[in-house]
Amino acid sequence: MKTKQRVVSVKANPRLSEGYAVARKILYAFLLLLISGNVHAALNVFACEPEWAALTQQLAGNQASIYTATGALQDPHRVEARPSLIARARRAQLLVCTGAELEIGWMPVVLRESGNSAIQPGSSGNFEAAQYVSRLEVPTRLDRAEGDVHASGNPHIQTDARNFLPIAEALSKRLIQLDPANTQLYQQQYTAFNQQWRVAIARWEKQAVSLKGVPVIVQHKGFPYLNNWLGLKQVAELEPKPGLEPSAAYLGSVLNELQQHPARMVLRAAYQDGRPSEWIAQRAHVPAVMLPYTVGGTPQATDLFTLFDDTIQRLLEGLK
Amino acid sequence: MSRYFYWCVALAVLLANPLNALAATDADLQAIREQIQQLKQNYEQRITQLEQRLQQAEANSRQAESVAPQAQTAAQQPTRSGTGASSESGFNPAVSLILSGTYGQFKQDTAVAATGFAMSANNPGYTQGLSLKESELGISANIDPQFRGVATFALAPAGGISVENAFVQSSVLGNGINLKMGRFFSGLGYLNEQHAHAWDFVDQPLVYRVLWDNQIGEDGLQLKWLAPTDMFVEVGGELGRGRGFPGTDRQNKNGAGAGVLFAHVGDDIGIEHSWRAGLSLHETRRVNAVSTGVPDLLSTAGGVSNRFSGDSRTAGLDFVWKYAPNGNIRERYLKLQGEYFRRNESGLLTYNLATTDSYAVTQSGWYLQSVYQFMPNWRTGLRYDQLDPGIASVGALNAGNVIGNYAFNPSRLTWMVDYNPSEFSRLRLQLARDNSRQGLPDNQLFLQYIMSLGAHGAHQY
Repeated sequence: MKTKQRVVSVKANPRLSEGYAVARKILYAFLLLLISGNVHAALNVFACEPEWAALTQQLAGNQASIYTATGALQDPHRVEARPSLIARARRAQLLVCTGAELEIGWMPVVLRESGNSAIQPGSSGNFEAAQYVSRLEVPTRLDRAEGDVHASGNPHIQTDARNFLPIAEALSKRLIQLDPANTQLYQQQYTAFNQQWRVAIARWEKQAVSLKGVPVIVQHKGFPYLNNWLGLKQVAELEPKPGLEPSAAYLGSVLNELQQHPARMVLRAAYQDGRPSEWIAQRAHVPAVMLPYTVGGTPQATDLFTLFDDTIQRLLEGLK
Repeated sequence: MSRYFYWCVALAVLLANPLNALAATDADLQAIREQIQQLKQNYEQRITQLEQRLQQAEANSRQAESVAPQAQTAAQQPTRSGTGASSESGFNPAVSLILSGTYGQFKQDTAVAATGFAMSANNPGYTQGLSLKESELGISANIDPQFRGVATFALAPAGGISVENAFVQSSVLGNGINLKMGRFFSGLGYLNEQHAHAWDFVDQPLVYRVLWDNQIGEDGLQLKWLAPTDMFVEVGGELGRGRGFPGTDRQNKNGAGAGVLFAHVGDDIGIEHSWRAGLSLHETRRVNAVSTGVPDLLSTAGGVSNRFSGDSRTAGLDFVWKYAPNGNIRERYLKLQGEYFRRNESGLLTYNLATTDSYAVTQSGWYLQSVYQFMPNWRTGLRYDQLDPGIASVGALNAGNVIGNYAFNPSRLTWMVDYNPSEFSRLRLQLARDNSRQGLPDNQLFLQYIMSLGAHGAHQY
């Protein structure tokens, strides 16, 4: 309807229509120029954690220039708003973070100091992965006496491979929104990833069948999504409260508890200090299993696929 | 359709004015044509507007679609809390309260200034025995999409509230530009912007105590620009009324009373090292700055009162370097920082509020400190302070009474250890050998707690 109106009205005055057409041509040429300028310039992405850098890499290929703010051996709760992070955020066009308050200790300062309006919360350049998955352990009681709890639920969503499906879909849409010139590329990348990922999930679930119902101890409440996915049964935590260091007395009480409810292994993330796990593992005579937790956490976890290959491999070895 | 529409309009016009139509002249026809032309333009404008609105609506719905819940394959009944971006605190501002108290044990009277700095600020920030420190109430929130507001009130233990910070900050200027207006801690140096609860020691370095009255706060505006480079390069400037020492609070005058320029550069070296270095300049005009208890060459008991008016210019260098194995600051880290400030003052000094003559002096000071977190929750730190009161050139009229050369460099060595049960609490022991007053060395012991409750904003580097 709207095009029809336009065509007829243009016909009404040939002289005007010519002027109009010229103006349009110039406009299109200008837009084309802008777009073509972007064709070679890669999208500047600031990924808060390595798993989101890896996912962006899967979905954007060479079209994105990705900076990863934290390493796999860094506690993502405890990062400083270092000058380098502020400088990298300054030019970022897209921020890909976990959200759910995981980065609350440093991201607000980085965003504020960056002077970059494109990536502020609520703008299309700010992508929070946790928004696209169902979060577990949303506290009913918000009190610091409970330790370092996250008001919007447990943010360690990257340990369930299934979570990457909706996140990838949303992130791909966001890439297209920010860089429409490469829509086709992003769509192709997404379709390919989605297919491969579904196949991989089926494979991992098959491999991990024997893990179902296996009782485990965790060092930090960092694995509810993994437990939920593979059916591991968490019987104890080594941190008395989330984020608080375990004391010897507390570890002793956990050990006593284990006599009643024996576990098969102690899990910890690569970034965590191994001593509490080792201490319990020796006394309870169960293996201490270190999981990569994110891409780069172990030498084997080089991308998203090998991250889960290695995670399941290590869990199965712990079972032996 | 358009043409049809225009003809209808024309017809309607004709019908509505049949007499005129009958007597239609060329001029009338021209008027009608113009009217039609106007209508047409109007019409086209509206179509374009509608098109734009449609595009916008489409874009919005696309966004909404992407935020909309995605069916999750999880078997359990998972909880979803809100689909919007998580914010610091709903619509209520984030409120925080810092509680702090100390126990101080030392001999020397804190009213005696560091040797050679009797005409500078002298507020050590600690007292003998058990005492409550200032409680710091902080409120902050986004005001609208353009501005964010921050206010920090210091509740003095003896009663009374002072406004420590109260500023608005723009967040959407883009292009690396940051604007602050109101009362804020100046961006000069490294320690100046840090709030007392984030200090690594109970008190500030001596150079901050004497040259900045521990921390310089300004009423004014600050503009910063961050360069679009991979390395952190930031330049900024401030204009203020000269409220904070060494300013003398410019009153009943237009214009600004103090100016600051600063530049910072910083970066990472690998994932384990990070650093920042800076350069600062501060300038103010001091007017009738009165100092009491200033020692003189005549050894007047209790000292005399002097008045100074003149220019004050300060330059500073600062650096900080941090190291953490694997970049994981939760386990262990090492921080090394140092700052140097040099101030030149020149103008007229009125000795004993009676004899006025020229006076100029260059004073300086520096500190170097290191803090090491040797295991989670436990940190220890060492700091060395030194001041140089300089040699003043005193006008002839005052040459016989104003001390020009103290020939003593105040210094201090401080050690601390603190235990942090969580990110929100800290217990500290500090020991210091204070040699800042000539002939009055002091051994100091402090115990301190610092706790923060409520919303706790992210800390600066």
